[in-house]
Amino acid sequence: MAKYLLLKHYRGAPAAVNDVPMDRWTPEEVSAHLRYMREFSARLRETGEFVDEQALTPQGTFVRSDGPGKPPVTDGPFAETKDLIAGWMVIDVDSYERALELAGELSAAPGAGGEPIHEWLELRPFMSATQCITE
Amino acid sequence: MDEVALRDLAPTVIGVLERRGADFAAAEDAVQEALIEAVRVWPQEPPRDPRAWLITVAWRKFLDATRAEAARRQREDAVWAEPAPESVAAVDDTLHLYFLCAHPALSPASAVALTLRAVGGLTTRQIAQAYLVPESTMAQRISRAKRTVSDVRFDQPGDLSTVLRVLYLVFNEGYSGDVDLAAEAIRLTRQLAKLTADEEAAGLLALMLLHHARRPARTRPDGTLVPLADQDRARWDTRLIAEGVDILQAALARDRLGEYQTQAAIAALHADARTAEETDWVQIVEWYDELVRLTDSPIARLNRAVALGESDGPQAGLAALSDLDPALPRHTAAAAYLHERAGDSTTAARLYAEAARTATNLAERDHLTRQAAHLNSQQPK
Repeated sequence: MAKYLLLKHYRGAPAAVNDVPMDRWTPEEVSAHLRYMREFSARLRETGEFVDEQALTPQGTFVRSDGPGKPPVTDGPFAETKDLIAGWMVIDVDSYERALELAGELSAAPGAGGEPIHEWLELRPFMSATQCITE
Repeated sequence: MDEVALRDLAPTVIGVLERRGADFAAAEDAVQEALIEAVRVWPQEPPRDPRAWLITVAWRKFLDATRAEAARRQREDAVWAEPAPESVAAVDDTLHLYFLCAHPALSPASAVALTLRAVGGLTTRQIAQAYLVPESTMAQRISRAKRTVSDVRFDQPGDLSTVLRVLYLVFNEGYSGDVDLAAEAIRLTRQLAKLTADEEAAGLLALMLLHHARRPARTRPDGTLVPLADQDRARWDTRLIAEGVDILQAALARDRLGEYQTQAAIAALHADARTAEETDWVQIVEWYDELVRLTDSPIARLNRAVALGESDGPQAGLAALSDLDPALPRHTAAAAYLHERAGDSTTAARLYAEAARTATNLAERDHLTRQAAHLNSQQPK
Protein backbone atom coordinates (compact mmCIF):
# COMPACT_ATOMS: atom_id res chain seq x y z
CA MET A 1 0.00 0.00 0.00
CA ALA A 2 1.11 3.52 -0.61
CA LYS A 3 -0.16 6.75 0.83
CA TYR A 4 -0.98 9.76 -1.31
CA LEU A 5 -1.96 13.31 -0.52
CA LEU A 6 -4.73 14.80 -2.61
CA LEU A 7 -4.38 18.59 -2.50
CA LYS A 8 -7.16 20.99 -3.35
CA HIS A 9 -6.15 24.54 -4.13
CA TYR A 10 -7.95 27.84 -3.67
CA ARG A 11 -5.41 29.40 -6.00
CA GLY A 12 -2.18 28.36 -7.62
CA ALA A 13 -3.49 25.42 -9.60
CA PRO A 14 -4.55 25.80 -13.24
CA ALA A 15 -8.16 26.93 -13.68
CA ALA A 16 -10.88 24.30 -13.65
CA VAL A 17 -12.75 23.53 -16.87
CA ASN A 18 -16.09 24.45 -15.29
CA ASP A 19 -14.60 27.46 -13.54
CA VAL A 20 -17.52 29.19 -11.80
CA PRO A 21 -16.98 30.30 -8.18
CA MET A 22 -19.08 28.38 -5.71
CA ASP A 23 -21.01 31.48 -4.58
CA ARG A 24 -22.45 31.74 -8.09
CA TRP A 25 -23.92 28.27 -7.99
CA THR A 26 -27.51 27.60 -7.07
CA PRO A 27 -28.04 26.32 -3.51
CA GLU A 28 -29.04 22.96 -5.01
CA GLU A 29 -25.75 22.82 -6.91
CA VAL A 30 -23.84 23.57 -3.73
CA SER A 31 -25.73 20.81 -1.91
CA ALA A 32 -25.08 18.36 -4.73
CA HIS A 33 -21.38 19.18 -4.60
CA LEU A 34 -21.15 18.73 -0.84
CA ARG A 35 -23.09 15.48 -1.03
CA TYR A 36 -20.70 14.20 -3.71
CA MET A 37 -17.69 15.02 -1.52
CA ARG A 38 -19.28 13.39 1.51
CA GLU A 39 -20.16 10.25 -0.43
CA PHE A 40 -16.70 10.08 -1.93
CA SER A 41 -15.04 10.05 1.46
CA ALA A 42 -17.64 7.65 2.88
CA ARG A 43 -16.87 5.24 0.06
CA LEU A 44 -13.15 5.39 0.81
CA ARG A 45 -13.85 4.66 4.47
CA GLU A 46 -15.81 1.64 3.28
CA THR A 47 -13.02 0.35 1.01
CA GLY A 48 -10.39 0.78 3.71
CA GLU A 49 -8.49 3.40 1.71
CA PHE A 50 -9.27 6.46 3.82
CA VAL A 51 -6.60 7.94 6.08
CA ASP A 52 -7.38 11.59 6.76
CA GLU A 53 -8.98 14.72 5.42
CA GLN A 54 -8.95 18.34 6.52
CA ALA A 55 -10.15 21.61 5.10
CA LEU A 56 -8.00 24.72 5.56
CA THR A 57 -9.09 28.34 5.80
CA PRO A 58 -7.65 30.68 3.17
CA GLN A 59 -5.97 32.86 5.81
CA GLY A 60 -2.40 31.73 5.24
CA THR A 61 0.36 33.70 6.91
CA PHE A 62 4.05 33.79 6.10
CA VAL A 63 6.30 33.75 9.15
CA ARG A 64 10.07 34.10 9.22
CA SER A 65 12.70 34.17 11.96
CA ASP A 66 14.22 37.60 12.25
CA GLY A 67 16.62 36.88 15.08
CA PRO A 68 15.66 37.47 18.73
CA GLY A 69 12.34 39.16 19.35
CA LYS A 70 9.17 38.83 17.38
CA PRO A 71 9.28 37.01 14.07
CA PRO A 72 8.08 39.10 11.14
CA VAL A 73 4.66 38.11 9.93
CA THR A 74 3.17 38.99 6.58
CA ASP A 75 0.34 37.74 4.49
CA GLY A 76 2.88 37.00 1.83
CA PRO A 77 5.39 38.64 -0.39
CA PHE A 78 3.57 37.35 -3.45
CA ALA A 79 -0.02 38.05 -2.53
CA GLU A 80 -1.21 37.99 -6.14
CA THR A 81 0.18 34.62 -7.05
CA LYS A 82 0.67 32.72 -3.83
CA ASP A 83 -0.51 29.22 -3.82
CA LEU A 84 -3.37 28.63 -1.42
CA ILE A 85 -4.26 25.18 -0.25
CA ALA A 86 -7.92 24.65 0.45
CA GLY A 87 -7.66 21.26 2.04
CA TRP A 88 -6.36 17.79 1.71
CA MET A 89 -7.29 14.18 1.78
CA VAL A 90 -4.88 11.35 2.50
CA ILE A 91 -5.56 7.96 0.95
CA ASP A 92 -3.78 4.63 1.29
CA VAL A 93 -4.17 2.64 -1.91
CA ASP A 94 -2.72 -0.41 -3.63
CA SER A 95 -1.25 1.39 -6.62
CA TYR A 96 -0.49 4.70 -8.29
CA GLU A 97 -3.17 3.87 -10.87
CA ARG A 98 -5.77 3.61 -8.11
CA ALA A 99 -4.63 6.98 -6.70
CA LEU A 100 -5.05 8.55 -10.16
CA GLU A 101 -8.49 7.01 -10.48
CA LEU A 102 -9.61 8.45 -7.14
CA ALA A 103 -8.14 11.88 -7.86
CA GLY A 104 -9.99 11.88 -11.17
CA GLU A 105 -13.20 11.01 -9.39
CA LEU A 106 -12.73 13.77 -6.85
CA SER A 107 -12.02 16.28 -9.62
CA ALA A 108 -15.32 15.35 -11.26
CA ALA A 109 -17.42 16.67 -8.35
CA PRO A 110 -20.46 18.51 -9.71
CA GLY A 111 -20.35 22.30 -9.85
CA ALA A 112 -22.25 25.00 -11.71
CA GLY A 113 -25.03 23.69 -13.90
CA GLY A 114 -24.64 20.29 -12.26
CA GLU A 115 -21.67 19.71 -14.56
CA PRO A 116 -18.38 18.30 -13.22
CA ILE A 117 -15.92 21.01 -12.15
CA HIS A 118 -12.94 19.20 -13.66
CA GLU A 119 -10.65 21.05 -11.27
CA TRP A 120 -6.96 20.26 -11.07
CA LEU A 121 -6.00 18.30 -8.00
CA GLU A 122 -2.45 17.82 -6.91
CA LEU A 123 -1.51 14.22 -6.16
CA ARG A 124 1.61 13.75 -4.05
CA PRO A 125 3.05 10.42 -2.91
CA PHE A 126 4.12 10.18 0.72
CA MET A 127 7.78 9.70 1.41
CA SER A 128 8.00 6.23 2.91
CA ALA A 129 9.59 6.02 6.34
CA THR A 130 10.17 2.29 6.33
CA GLN A 131 13.57 0.80 5.74
CA CYS A 132 14.15 -0.76 2.38
CA ILE A 133 16.67 -3.53 2.26
CA THR A 134 19.17 -3.15 -0.51
CA GLU A 135 22.32 -5.10 -1.07
CA MET B 1 2.21 -13.90 30.00
CA ASP B 2 3.79 -14.41 26.62
CA GLU B 3 1.54 -12.64 24.16
CA VAL B 4 3.41 -13.99 21.15
CA ALA B 5 2.96 -17.59 22.30
CA LEU B 6 -0.71 -16.80 22.80
CA ARG B 7 -0.98 -15.42 19.26
CA ASP B 8 0.67 -18.59 17.99
CA LEU B 9 -2.44 -20.48 19.03
CA ALA B 10 -4.84 -18.30 17.04
CA PRO B 11 -4.72 -20.11 13.68
CA THR B 12 -5.26 -23.53 15.22
CA VAL B 13 -8.23 -22.35 17.20
CA ILE B 14 -9.80 -20.67 14.15
CA GLY B 15 -9.27 -23.92 12.27
CA VAL B 16 -10.98 -25.97 14.97
CA LEU B 17 -13.99 -23.65 15.00
CA GLU B 18 -14.24 -23.80 11.24
CA ARG B 19 -14.12 -27.58 11.30
CA ARG B 20 -16.93 -27.55 13.84
CA GLY B 21 -19.03 -25.63 11.35
CA ALA B 22 -18.36 -21.94 12.06
CA ASP B 23 -17.75 -19.83 8.98
CA PHE B 24 -14.41 -18.12 8.69
CA ALA B 25 -15.47 -14.59 9.58
CA ALA B 26 -17.42 -15.69 12.65
CA ALA B 27 -14.62 -18.02 13.77
CA GLU B 28 -12.06 -15.27 13.38
CA ASP B 29 -14.15 -12.79 15.40
CA ALA B 30 -14.74 -15.35 18.14
CA VAL B 31 -11.04 -16.16 18.41
CA GLN B 32 -10.11 -12.46 18.63
CA GLU B 33 -12.51 -12.09 21.53
CA ALA B 34 -11.12 -15.20 23.19
CA LEU B 35 -7.58 -13.84 22.83
CA ILE B 36 -8.59 -10.59 24.47
CA GLU B 37 -10.21 -12.51 27.28
CA ALA B 38 -7.07 -14.62 27.69
CA VAL B 39 -4.95 -11.49 28.06
CA ARG B 40 -7.34 -10.36 30.78
CA VAL B 41 -7.80 -13.63 32.67
CA TRP B 42 -4.59 -15.63 32.34
CA PRO B 43 -2.28 -13.52 34.52
CA GLN B 44 -4.52 -14.36 37.50
CA GLU B 45 -5.71 -17.80 36.44
CA PRO B 46 -3.27 -19.50 34.10
CA PRO B 47 -4.99 -22.40 32.32
CA ARG B 48 -3.67 -25.96 32.43
CA ASP B 49 -4.01 -26.28 28.67
CA PRO B 50 -3.96 -22.88 26.96
CA ARG B 51 -5.06 -24.22 23.59
CA ALA B 52 -8.03 -26.13 24.95
CA TRP B 53 -8.98 -23.08 27.03
CA LEU B 54 -8.93 -20.87 23.94
CA ILE B 55 -10.92 -23.37 21.87
CA THR B 56 -13.58 -23.59 24.54
CA VAL B 57 -13.84 -19.86 25.11
CA ALA B 58 -13.77 -19.08 21.39
CA TRP B 59 -16.46 -21.70 20.77
CA ARG B 60 -18.57 -20.17 23.50
CA LYS B 61 -18.07 -16.70 22.01
CA PHE B 62 -19.08 -18.09 18.64
CA LEU B 63 -22.22 -19.66 20.12
CA ASP B 64 -22.96 -16.43 21.99
CA ALA B 65 -22.81 -14.52 18.76
CA THR B 66 -24.88 -16.92 16.73
CA ARG B 67 -27.55 -17.99 19.22
CA ALA B 68 -29.94 -15.85 21.13
CA GLU B 69 -31.52 -18.45 23.37
CA ALA B 70 -30.52 -17.41 26.85
CA ALA B 71 -31.42 -20.67 28.54
CA ARG B 72 -29.24 -22.64 26.24
CA ARG B 73 -26.33 -20.31 26.82
CA GLN B 74 -26.71 -20.67 30.55
CA ARG B 75 -26.50 -24.44 30.27
CA GLU B 76 -23.33 -24.08 28.22
CA ASP B 77 -21.87 -21.59 30.66
CA ALA B 78 -22.41 -24.12 33.41
CA VAL B 79 -20.32 -26.76 31.71
CA TRP B 80 -17.69 -24.29 30.66
CA ALA B 81 -14.99 -24.00 33.24
CA GLU B 82 -11.77 -25.77 32.55
CA PRO B 83 -12.08 -28.09 29.58
CA ALA B 84 -10.32 -31.36 28.99
CA PRO B 85 -7.44 -31.18 26.52
CA GLU B 86 -8.51 -32.04 23.01
CA SER B 87 -6.41 -33.61 20.33
CA VAL B 88 -6.84 -32.06 16.88
CA ALA B 89 -4.95 -31.97 13.61
CA ALA B 90 -3.47 -28.51 14.11
CA VAL B 91 -1.13 -28.60 11.11
CA ASP B 92 -3.73 -28.79 8.36
CA ASP B 93 -5.97 -26.23 9.99
CA THR B 94 -3.18 -23.68 10.22
CA LEU B 95 -2.00 -24.25 6.68
CA HIS B 96 -5.56 -23.92 5.47
CA LEU B 97 -5.74 -20.50 7.15
CA TYR B 98 -2.53 -19.34 5.50
CA PHE B 99 -3.97 -20.16 2.09
CA LEU B 100 -7.28 -18.55 2.89
CA CYS B 101 -5.67 -15.30 4.08
CA ALA B 102 -3.47 -15.06 0.99
CA HIS B 103 -6.27 -15.90 -1.42
CA PRO B 104 -5.71 -14.48 -4.94
CA ALA B 105 -9.10 -12.72 -4.79
CA LEU B 106 -7.71 -10.39 -2.13
CA SER B 107 -5.63 -7.30 -2.83
CA PRO B 108 -2.13 -7.48 -1.36
CA ALA B 109 -3.03 -4.99 1.36
CA SER B 110 -6.12 -6.98 2.36
CA ALA B 111 -4.21 -10.24 2.32
CA VAL B 112 -1.56 -8.74 4.58
CA ALA B 113 -4.14 -7.40 7.02
CA LEU B 114 -6.09 -10.64 7.15
CA THR B 115 -2.97 -12.75 7.60
CA LEU B 116 -1.75 -10.60 10.48
CA ARG B 117 -5.13 -10.78 12.13
CA ALA B 118 -6.18 -14.42 11.55
CA VAL B 119 -2.85 -16.25 11.42
CA GLY B 120 -0.82 -13.78 13.48
CA GLY B 121 -3.52 -13.09 16.05
CA LEU B 122 -2.78 -9.34 16.08
CA THR B 123 -5.56 -6.95 17.00
CA THR B 124 -6.96 -4.51 14.45
CA ARG B 125 -5.48 -1.65 16.47
CA GLN B 126 -1.99 -3.16 16.35
CA ILE B 127 -2.18 -3.70 12.59
CA ALA B 128 -3.52 -0.17 12.02
CA GLN B 129 -0.67 1.28 14.08
CA ALA B 130 1.91 -0.68 12.15
CA TYR B 131 0.59 0.61 8.84
CA LEU B 132 -0.07 4.17 10.07
CA VAL B 133 -3.73 4.20 9.14
CA PRO B 134 -6.79 4.85 11.33
CA GLU B 135 -8.15 1.83 13.16
CA SER B 136 -11.50 2.20 11.36
CA THR B 137 -9.70 1.96 8.02
CA MET B 138 -7.96 -1.24 9.01
CA ALA B 139 -11.21 -2.65 10.43
CA GLN B 140 -12.85 -2.04 7.05
CA ARG B 141 -10.02 -3.72 5.18
CA ILE B 142 -10.23 -6.77 7.41
CA SER B 143 -13.98 -7.11 7.29
CA ARG B 144 -14.03 -6.69 3.51
CA ALA B 145 -11.29 -9.29 3.21
CA LYS B 146 -13.30 -11.67 5.37
CA ARG B 147 -16.36 -11.14 3.21
CA THR B 148 -14.30 -11.79 0.08
CA VAL B 149 -13.13 -15.19 1.28
CA SER B 150 -16.29 -16.17 3.13
CA ASP B 151 -17.53 -18.30 0.23
CA VAL B 152 -14.20 -19.80 -0.69
CA ARG B 153 -14.24 -23.58 -0.58
CA PHE B 154 -11.07 -25.36 0.28
CA ASP B 155 -11.04 -28.58 -1.64
CA GLN B 156 -7.68 -28.00 -3.24
CA PRO B 157 -4.40 -26.69 -1.92
CA GLY B 158 -3.90 -22.95 -2.32
CA ASP B 159 -1.01 -21.21 -3.95
CA LEU B 160 1.96 -21.29 -1.63
CA SER B 161 3.85 -18.66 -3.63
CA THR B 162 1.07 -16.15 -2.88
CA VAL B 163 1.38 -16.88 0.82
CA LEU B 164 5.14 -16.35 0.64
CA ARG B 165 4.70 -13.06 -1.17
CA VAL B 166 2.28 -11.83 1.48
CA LEU B 167 4.71 -12.73 4.26
CA TYR B 168 7.57 -11.00 2.45
CA LEU B 169 5.38 -7.89 2.13
CA VAL B 170 4.84 -7.94 5.88
CA PHE B 171 8.57 -8.33 6.48
CA ASN B 172 9.47 -5.39 4.27
CA GLU B 173 7.05 -3.02 5.98
CA GLY B 174 9.31 -2.19 8.90
CA TYR B 175 7.35 -1.24 11.95
CA SER B 176 5.71 1.38 14.05
CA GLY B 177 3.35 1.02 16.96
CA ASP B 178 3.90 -1.83 19.37
CA VAL B 179 4.41 -4.65 16.88
CA ASP B 180 7.65 -5.30 15.02
CA LEU B 181 6.39 -6.52 11.65
CA ALA B 182 9.75 -7.96 10.61
CA ALA B 183 9.82 -10.15 13.72
CA GLU B 184 6.17 -11.03 13.18
CA ALA B 185 6.84 -12.04 9.56
CA ILE B 186 9.73 -14.23 10.70
CA ARG B 187 7.54 -15.88 13.32
CA LEU B 188 4.83 -16.66 10.76
CA THR B 189 7.26 -17.81 8.07
CA ARG B 190 8.95 -20.07 10.60
CA GLN B 191 5.58 -21.62 11.33
CA LEU B 192 4.79 -21.98 7.62
CA ALA B 193 8.17 -23.54 6.80
CA LYS B 194 7.50 -26.15 9.48
CA LEU B 195 4.04 -26.87 8.10
CA THR B 196 4.98 -27.30 4.45
CA ALA B 197 8.61 -28.47 4.16
CA ASP B 198 8.65 -26.37 0.96
CA GLU B 199 12.11 -25.26 -0.27
CA GLU B 200 10.97 -21.74 -1.06
CA ALA B 201 9.31 -21.33 2.34
CA ALA B 202 12.66 -22.31 3.85
CA GLY B 203 14.39 -19.96 1.40
CA LEU B 204 12.20 -17.04 2.44
CA LEU B 205 12.76 -17.80 6.12
CA ALA B 206 16.53 -17.90 5.54
CA LEU B 207 16.35 -14.62 3.61
CA MET B 208 14.43 -12.90 6.40
CA LEU B 209 16.79 -14.19 9.10
CA LEU B 210 19.86 -13.06 7.15
CA HIS B 211 18.40 -9.58 6.56
CA HIS B 212 17.17 -9.30 10.12
CA ALA B 213 20.61 -10.25 11.44
CA ARG B 214 22.01 -7.06 9.96
CA ARG B 215 19.34 -4.76 11.30
CA PRO B 216 21.30 -3.54 14.35
CA ALA B 217 24.06 -2.29 12.03
CA ARG B 218 21.86 -0.88 9.30
CA THR B 219 21.06 2.44 10.98
CA ARG B 220 22.93 4.76 13.33
CA PRO B 221 21.35 5.74 16.63
CA ASP B 222 20.10 8.96 14.98
CA GLY B 223 18.26 6.91 12.36
CA THR B 224 20.58 7.60 9.42
CA LEU B 225 21.26 4.81 6.97
CA VAL B 226 24.55 2.90 6.99
CA PRO B 227 25.36 1.33 3.60
CA LEU B 228 26.31 -2.33 3.63
CA ALA B 229 30.01 -1.65 2.99
CA ASP B 230 30.24 0.69 6.00
CA GLN B 231 28.31 -1.45 8.47
CA ASP B 232 29.98 -2.54 11.69
CA ARG B 233 29.92 -6.28 11.08
CA ALA B 234 30.52 -7.00 14.75
CA ARG B 235 26.97 -5.82 15.30
CA TRP B 236 25.47 -8.40 12.97
CA ASP B 237 23.59 -11.11 14.83
CA THR B 238 25.77 -14.18 14.24
CA ARG B 239 23.21 -16.53 15.75
CA LEU B 240 20.56 -15.47 13.22
CA ILE B 241 23.11 -15.65 10.41
CA ALA B 242 24.12 -19.20 11.38
CA GLU B 243 20.48 -20.24 11.55
CA GLY B 244 19.69 -18.63 8.19
CA VAL B 245 22.67 -20.27 6.51
CA ASP B 246 21.75 -23.71 7.92
CA ILE B 247 18.18 -23.42 6.72
CA LEU B 248 19.33 -22.20 3.31
CA GLN B 249 21.86 -25.00 2.87
CA ALA B 250 19.29 -27.65 3.71
CA ALA B 251 16.90 -26.12 1.18
CA LEU B 252 19.53 -25.76 -1.57
CA ALA B 253 20.59 -29.38 -1.07
CA ARG B 254 17.18 -30.46 -2.31
CA ASP B 255 17.91 -28.93 -5.68
CA ARG B 256 14.67 -27.06 -6.29
CA LEU B 257 15.94 -23.54 -6.66
CA GLY B 258 13.57 -20.58 -6.45
CA GLU B 259 13.86 -16.82 -6.13
CA TYR B 260 13.83 -16.68 -2.33
CA GLN B 261 16.58 -19.29 -2.00
CA THR B 262 18.58 -17.34 -4.57
CA GLN B 263 18.14 -14.03 -2.75
CA ALA B 264 19.02 -15.75 0.50
CA ALA B 265 22.18 -17.14 -1.10
CA ILE B 266 23.21 -13.58 -2.00
CA ALA B 267 22.46 -12.38 1.53
CA ALA B 268 24.45 -15.31 2.91
CA LEU B 269 27.49 -14.37 0.82
CA HIS B 270 27.35 -10.85 2.27
CA ALA B 271 26.95 -12.27 5.77
CA ASP B 272 29.90 -14.54 5.19
CA ALA B 273 32.39 -11.75 4.51
CA ARG B 274 34.22 -10.57 7.62
CA THR B 275 35.01 -7.28 5.90
CA ALA B 276 33.37 -5.60 2.91
CA GLU B 277 36.56 -6.20 0.90
CA GLU B 278 36.31 -9.94 1.44
CA THR B 279 32.87 -10.10 -0.21
CA ASP B 280 32.78 -12.79 -2.90
CA TRP B 281 31.34 -10.57 -5.64
CA VAL B 282 32.07 -13.09 -8.39
CA GLN B 283 29.76 -15.62 -6.76
CA ILE B 284 27.19 -12.92 -6.01
CA VAL B 285 27.06 -12.00 -9.71
CA GLU B 286 26.49 -15.70 -10.51
CA TRP B 287 23.56 -15.81 -8.10
CA TYR B 288 22.15 -12.66 -9.66
CA ASP B 289 22.37 -14.42 -13.02
CA GLU B 290 20.23 -17.18 -11.51
CA LEU B 291 17.81 -14.61 -10.11
CA VAL B 292 17.48 -12.90 -13.49
CA ARG B 293 16.86 -16.30 -15.08
CA LEU B 294 14.22 -17.20 -12.47
CA THR B 295 12.35 -13.91 -12.25
CA ASP B 296 13.36 -11.86 -15.30
CA SER B 297 13.00 -8.92 -12.92
CA PRO B 298 14.48 -5.54 -13.93
CA ILE B 299 15.34 -4.92 -10.26
CA ALA B 300 17.40 -8.12 -10.26
CA ARG B 301 19.21 -6.86 -13.39
CA LEU B 302 19.90 -3.54 -11.70
CA ASN B 303 21.34 -5.22 -8.62
CA ARG B 304 23.36 -7.49 -10.86
CA ALA B 305 24.88 -4.44 -12.56
CA VAL B 306 25.96 -3.04 -9.19
CA ALA B 307 27.45 -6.40 -8.18
CA LEU B 308 29.23 -6.57 -11.52
CA GLY B 309 30.67 -3.13 -10.77
CA GLU B 310 32.25 -4.66 -7.68
CA SER B 311 33.52 -7.86 -9.30
CA ASP B 312 34.69 -6.51 -12.69
CA GLY B 313 35.14 -2.83 -11.94
CA PRO B 314 32.87 0.24 -12.11
CA GLN B 315 33.08 0.55 -15.92
CA ALA B 316 31.66 -2.97 -16.33
CA GLY B 317 28.89 -2.04 -13.90
CA LEU B 318 28.10 1.17 -15.77
CA ALA B 319 28.03 -0.72 -19.09
CA ALA B 320 25.53 -3.23 -17.66
CA LEU B 321 23.51 -0.37 -16.21
CA SER B 322 23.31 1.43 -19.55
CA ASP B 323 21.35 -1.51 -20.98
CA LEU B 324 18.58 -0.95 -18.42
CA ASP B 325 15.65 1.44 -18.34
CA PRO B 326 16.82 4.66 -16.60
CA ALA B 327 13.35 4.99 -15.05
CA LEU B 328 13.92 1.95 -12.86
CA PRO B 329 13.82 2.70 -9.13
CA ARG B 330 17.34 3.32 -7.83
CA HIS B 331 18.84 3.40 -11.33
CA THR B 332 20.23 6.91 -10.76
CA ALA B 333 21.50 6.05 -7.29
CA ALA B 334 23.32 3.00 -8.67
CA ALA B 335 24.84 5.10 -11.46
CA ALA B 336 25.96 7.71 -8.92
CA TYR B 337 27.65 5.03 -6.82
CA LEU B 338 29.45 3.48 -9.81
CA HIS B 339 30.66 6.89 -11.04
CA GLU B 340 31.94 7.64 -7.57
CA ARG B 341 33.84 4.35 -7.56
CA ALA B 342 35.21 5.18 -11.00
CA GLY B 343 36.63 8.42 -9.57
CA ASP B 344 34.29 10.81 -11.40
CA SER B 345 33.03 12.66 -8.36
CA THR B 346 31.51 15.55 -10.32
CA THR B 347 29.13 13.27 -12.19
CA ALA B 348 28.57 11.20 -9.05
CA ALA B 349 27.60 14.28 -7.00
CA ARG B 350 25.16 15.41 -9.68
CA LEU B 351 23.58 11.95 -9.91
CA TYR B 352 23.34 11.54 -6.12
CA ALA B 353 21.49 14.87 -5.91
CA GLU B 354 19.17 13.79 -8.72
CA ALA B 355 18.54 10.42 -7.05
CA ALA B 356 17.78 12.21 -3.76
CA ARG B 357 15.17 14.36 -5.50
CA THR B 358 13.34 11.32 -6.82
CA ALA B 359 13.75 9.09 -3.76
CA THR B 360 10.53 7.89 -2.16
CA ASN B 361 12.08 6.73 1.09
CA LEU B 362 13.08 9.18 3.79
CA ALA B 363 16.21 7.41 5.08
CA GLU B 364 17.36 6.78 1.54
CA ARG B 365 16.79 10.37 0.44
CA ASP B 366 18.79 11.69 3.39
CA HIS B 367 21.59 9.25 2.67
CA LEU B 368 21.76 10.26 -1.00
CA THR B 369 21.69 13.97 -0.12
CA ARG B 370 24.57 13.45 2.28
CA GLN B 371 26.57 11.57 -0.38
CA ALA B 372 26.06 14.46 -2.81
CA ALA B 373 26.97 17.04 -0.16
CA HIS B 374 30.06 15.05 0.79
CA LEU B 375 31.34 14.92 -2.80
CA ASN B 376 30.49 18.57 -3.48
CA SER B 377 32.36 19.75 -0.38
CA GLN B 378 35.46 17.97 -1.67
CA GLN B 379 35.39 19.76 -5.03
CA PRO B 380 37.76 22.68 -5.47
CA LYS B 381 35.73 25.85 -5.10
